[in-house]
Amino acid sequence: MSDHEYTPKSNFGKWFNDRLPLLTLANHLTDYPTPKNLNYWWTFGGILTFCLVTQIVTGLVLAMHYIAHADMAFDSVEHIMRDVNYGWLIRYIHANGASMFFLAVYIHIFRSLFYGSYKAPREIIWIIGIIIYLLMMAAAFMGYVLPWGQMSFWGATVITNLFSAIPLVGEGIVTWLWGGYSVDNPTLTRFFTLHYLIPFLILGLVVLHIWALHVPGNNNPIGIDVKKPSKDTVPFHPYIVIKDAFALLMFMIVFAFFVFYTPNILGHADNYIEANPLVTPAHIVPEWYLLPFYAILRSVPDKLMGVIAMLSAIFILAALPWLDTSKIRSAVFRPLYRQFYWILVADVLILGYVGAMPAEGLYLLIARVATAYYFLHFLVILPILGYKERTLPVPLSITEPVLGGSSNLAAARDDSRLEKLK
Amino acid sequence: MSEKKTERRDFLFTATAAVGAVGVGATVWPMIDQMNPDASVKALASTEVDVSSVNPGKTITVLWRGKPVFIRRRTQDEINEAKAVKLKDLKHPEKDEDRAKNPEWLVMLGVCTHLGCVPLDQKGDYNGWFCPCHGSHYDISGRIRKGPAPTNMEIPKYEFVNANTIKIG
Repeated sequence: MSDHEYTPKSNFGKWFNDRLPLLTLANHLTDYPTPKNLNYWWTFGGILTFCLVTQIVTGLVLAMHYIAHADMAFDSVEHIMRDVNYGWLIRYIHANGASMFFLAVYIHIFRSLFYGSYKAPREIIWIIGIIIYLLMMAAAFMGYVLPWGQMSFWGATVITNLFSAIPLVGEGIVTWLWGGYSVDNPTLTRFFTLHYLIPFLILGLVVLHIWALHVPGNNNPIGIDVKKPSKDTVPFHPYIVIKDAFALLMFMIVFAFFVFYTPNILGHADNYIEANPLVTPAHIVPEWYLLPFYAILRSVPDKLMGVIAMLSAIFILAALPWLDTSKIRSAVFRPLYRQFYWILVADVLILGYVGAMPAEGLYLLIARVATAYYFLHFLVILPILGYKERTLPVPLSITEPVLGGSSNLAAARDDSRLEKLK
Repeated sequence: MSEKKTERRDFLFTATAAVGAVGVGATVWPMIDQMNPDASVKALASTEVDVSSVNPGKTITVLWRGKPVFIRRRTQDEINEAKAVKLKDLKHPEKDEDRAKNPEWLVMLGVCTHLGCVPLDQKGDYNGWFCPCHGSHYDISGRIRKGPAPTNMEIPKYEFVNANTIKIG
């Protein structure tokens, strides 16, 4: 893994490391050469790891008090909120933690889109990331079902019914998912089991994600390959560790704000009403992080095509490394892509907004236009842009623009020039 | 000679793989099938409902296999309205006679065929039901008229045990 051989100092260390090279791994992670121009958008990988660990730890504690049964789940959640010592805190961290997790993952994904981090040689990192994102959505959806409130029940009904759009076998699949003829106790218990399992699958994929990252190393804001070893990189510890820790603290302030001041603002009041299979709430909306896809689902008037469009909107991301034909990674040197990037950001935000609104009138029209544009961006604009766009000249190294933008490397390395600048 | 040996190996290889595949299938199937409705769920397959207290123009909702069933006692105006609809105006053409054997009583699953929400009674553009989730409008025969739902609301298997009792399932 590491570029140089590592030998532990102590005799015990040597003895242990010969049998299980954990110290070599630790040394690799400490010395890991990181581009020195990484900005704060690169701190979200660490933040996401924190989110995952937070969800696992708080989830483990909640599972000690929660009862996965249709008759008792709702009451056991209220029991956690009222009776269990600090239960309110742990549950609010877990519930808002899901939103914080998605907030961070969206920033992380859009960072990747801006700086072209998904491009060769990092396609596998990107695809593993998309699988993690899919698992996150599955985990979040199943977790939302567990309190067995009205939104839990009807959200579960609507989402599982998506499978009924599959011709011929759809109904059979839905019955199989439910373990009955409607969402009921068998559905709840299996969702609880899977909700417990998925975070550990994600944890395994995160290890692969980081492993795949450490083969080519990090991308960086100017999107060119670093020369290793050179002045282009700094060791991960302490430079990146400190920067990540600072960003994490800032993130935790936002996190704590939601937990302590508005713990229910991201949820729905209807979920404090126990599940009732006879009454559908007037307005069913998924959690905010699923709204853009929900808007795509509703913008298509046909049931099967709506489901296909929604799933395509996610899976199209996996093909992104091949849809984007430009060899230049960073949007910094792609003046046209940069504009289309921001249009896409706006498009996704608009989809999220109309996803929360009733699917009628002007909202429906906007949702249709925004859905069409979403696919247009990935299927038409990106492939053509790679051939048509006139990109800006890319620097020869990371060090070059830092030291005054000279294209003359010899001059850039000359420290006496720096002295004069002072 | 060497060719003969290869054939024997091929046979053993194929036979082993085939037996292995059957074994894997036989092991995996119980793991998959355990998620299907169990015996206790299937045992709740039918429900009897007393409808003597339902007045014309009223709907009652009963739970059958975990799903709501609408039982509406329709007025003569509503029956006329349902019968007057032309089949060519329907997304999923079904005659009202085929949906309500006894025209006074409409018995159907109160589940929107789009994504399974429960439509609201006496709402929507067609004087029937309206699904609040994604805006499907149904008429007084429970037929889809407008919105994303692909088919009419389903009619379960039911029968009149006597004049006042309906057995669903």
